[in-house]
Amino acid sequence: MAGRWSAGVIPYAEMGYWEPNYEPKPTDVLAAFRITPQEGVPPEEAGAAVAGESSTATWTVVWTDRLTAYEHYQAKCYKVDPVPGTPGQYIAYIAYDMDLFEEGSIANLTSSIIGNVFGFKALKALRLEDMRIPTHYVKTFQGPAHGIVMEREYLNKYGRPLLGATTKPKLGLSARNYGRVVYEALRGGLDFTKDDENINSQPFMRWRDRYLHAMEAVQRAQAETGEIKGHYLNVTAATMEDMYERAEFAKEVGSVIIMIDLTIGYTAIQSMAKWARRNGLILHLHRAGHGTYTRQKNHGVSFRVISKWMRLAGVDHIHAGTVVGKLEGDPHMVSGFYDTLRDAKTEVDLTRGLYFEQEWASMPGVMPVASGGIHAGQMHQLLHYLGEDVVLQFGGGTIGHPMGISAGATANRVALEAMIKARNEGRDYMAEGEDILRAAAKRSRELDVALATWGDITFNYASTDTPDVVPTPTTVG
Amino acid sequence: MRITQGTFSYLPDFTDEEISAQIQYAMDNGWPLSVEYTDDPHPRNIYWEMWGLPMFDTVDPAAVLYEINACRKAFPHHYVKINAYDARLGWQTTRLSFIVQRPPDEPGFRLDRQEGPDRQIRYTTHPYATERPVGHRYEANGS
Repeated sequence: MAGRWSAGVIPYAEMGYWEPNYEPKPTDVLAAFRITPQEGVPPEEAGAAVAGESSTATWTVVWTDRLTAYEHYQAKCYKVDPVPGTPGQYIAYIAYDMDLFEEGSIANLTSSIIGNVFGFKALKALRLEDMRIPTHYVKTFQGPAHGIVMEREYLNKYGRPLLGATTKPKLGLSARNYGRVVYEALRGGLDFTKDDENINSQPFMRWRDRYLHAMEAVQRAQAETGEIKGHYLNVTAATMEDMYERAEFAKEVGSVIIMIDLTIGYTAIQSMAKWARRNGLILHLHRAGHGTYTRQKNHGVSFRVISKWMRLAGVDHIHAGTVVGKLEGDPHMVSGFYDTLRDAKTEVDLTRGLYFEQEWASMPGVMPVASGGIHAGQMHQLLHYLGEDVVLQFGGGTIGHPMGISAGATANRVALEAMIKARNEGRDYMAEGEDILRAAAKRSRELDVALATWGDITFNYASTDTPDVVPTPTTVG
Repeated sequence: MRITQGTFSYLPDFTDEEISAQIQYAMDNGWPLSVEYTDDPHPRNIYWEMWGLPMFDTVDPAAVLYEINACRKAFPHHYVKINAYDARLGWQTTRLSFIVQRPPDEPGFRLDRQEGPDRQIRYTTHPYATERPVGHRYEANGS
């Protein structure tokens, strides 16, 4: 091994970062990267370079490695598979010893895994497809402040998806008018209303005024229906001090839930998750900004990885796609995100982009949120694709109802309950969905008008982020 | 007013046949059923009175319906609900719960506001029914 330590540059593969015979330990953090090497770079060397740059290596040999048990700290690329049907792309599997990461820190984990390596010149593009977090490391994270089960018990709502709506227009309403939208939507039958991601504290509506008016609306709707209601008060702000101040006020005025945006950063999210558990408020996360790095298939970070990180970080809700709505989401991929957020364990399933088995060691599930261009006429598809433990958010599909916001909310609730009833009765609700809705609409004018307004609206565009092992794009039927 | 707690409050009240179909669904999932009743429908009142123990070993929907009807007969002016419980690891909670009887008249709730400093208001949801003693809340003339 004299050559290994000669000063100068040698291939990463020869420095110990390519170990095809390595058997990952149960305690290793595993990552699957989609790599697109530059011309002339062998895939094994590219995989080794990713392993090196995301763990101990720099561009040249350094003698100070020899002061450490370097073999322990070096990440090891142990497998490189060509991507079916896409020449030039490979999936590189890399194992990291758990000692490389600080306990319970998403910031530290990601500074290694998606740190320098994404700008690496030897690669044209790089995408983090999936990770296996060993249970030993899972157990160092708090996890969801409350989780799906506790949220349902806290709200006293079982057996159906929860219903929500984002207040529209997203910007410009005064606090008083904003509260009106909240009141009408909750009174009509929704469980939640929501601040939009970019509603923080602007000149047209300051946060404190919004909180006071929203809570008047929530409390009025609760008394009107005898049912627990909530409004996600967005506490996103410029500094942690501001966010804590807003969260404390939300607690003081009796809100059951607050929200944050993904843009606040991983550390701020973990701080708010601790706050939310300490103070008994549900924590909703809006994934603002994720499309900049999750959507393109050859470069960035898959949303299933973000889902894993956010479950560890400790949010109770996260937007995870609708399949049938206006935003990106292949049905197979979205199903993989939902299972990652909710299930106690997920198995390897390449058709859904799941590269590793993941065991959550009883960490509670995160409630996925489906939002963006969905309406009552799609209820059978939403239930089929997204299941029961999900928040279905109809913003335009509530507020745009011709008979008013409250009628829009009622239409959604009637459609949902009718579909759950039919499913439980054993009916083939996907095939009979439209009949089930039409029958329910005979006894609900609100639903009848909703179906007449939006019944045939669909968003059928090919997805960008699709699984590799499904040969043709999946259409939503 | 009509309180909208439970899985199915926005549909017309279920017939016994429709209730039985939901019971069958719960049984097919291995979820034991239980019957509960109350005359305090406050949204934060989660401990309704238990009509006996959860029916862990009952496999016939008719037997559950029998208990619902017995509870309805004993408490004709109360709310009655049926719950399906999932004891499996990771759940250990209710999976389906809906109202199967309502009082003939539901007076609803009053929202009390206590005005505090800084424009803050403390809210209390007050069920009109609880102005009468337990057991007499939904009877005609308070008898």
